[in-house]
Amino acid sequence: MALVLDLVSWICILVGSAAALIGGLGLLRLPDVFARMHGAGMIDTLGLGAVLVGLMVQAGLTLITVKLFLIVLFVLYTSPVVTHALARACLNAGIEPRARHKPTNGGGPSKR
Amino acid sequence: MFGAASIAVLVVMGMALARALLGPTVFDRILAVNSFGTLTVALIAVLGFLTGRPDFLDLALVYALINFIGTIAVAKYVVFAHLGGPLEGEEWEDV
Repeated sequence: MALVLDLVSWICILVGSAAALIGGLGLLRLPDVFARMHGAGMIDTLGLGAVLVGLMVQAGLTLITVKLFLIVLFVLYTSPVVTHALARACLNAGIEPRARHKPTNGGGPSKR
Repeated sequence: MFGAASIAVLVVMGMALARALLGPTVFDRILAVNSFGTLTVALIAVLGFLTGRPDFLDLALVYALINFIGTIAVAKYVVFAHLGGPLEGEEWEDV
């Protein structure tokens, strides 16, 4: 049973590390602010989430698991808020997304 | 396993720092610093388990809270040039 729990937690930690590496590569190599937000979102959701779920499995039913769950819950709530605020700030500052088709209504810089 | 995870997190933190140094616009830097804070939370948790004393998770929780507030504050400061409402004569909505 302990071996199964160790295996599950290791798989979760490895998946989280791989997702964080992919997100970091995306953050480094993608061509645009709006594209780099995808990399940051991957780090925030799957990277941190899977690593902390693996740590939760490792810790068992203790107070540590409660704290890890609170961290995961909080990051899952705040990461989309930060990304949305940054995207709005970019659009308001006049940075155009690299789009093949321009949006026709409601997508451009607002109220300038 | 915790060592491998912490090394991976450190490598991604290096990538985020490189983006924060290279970033063409200020929003790239804000995004990279936000990712750096999230990775710091992961690094604190993994290092606590690596040393066998996972007592630093309170620090990780507080760091996540401060990271969110700080990122929103810096984004608002960059857009509005101060932390209050919008400037006079410009009708902007929220950040």
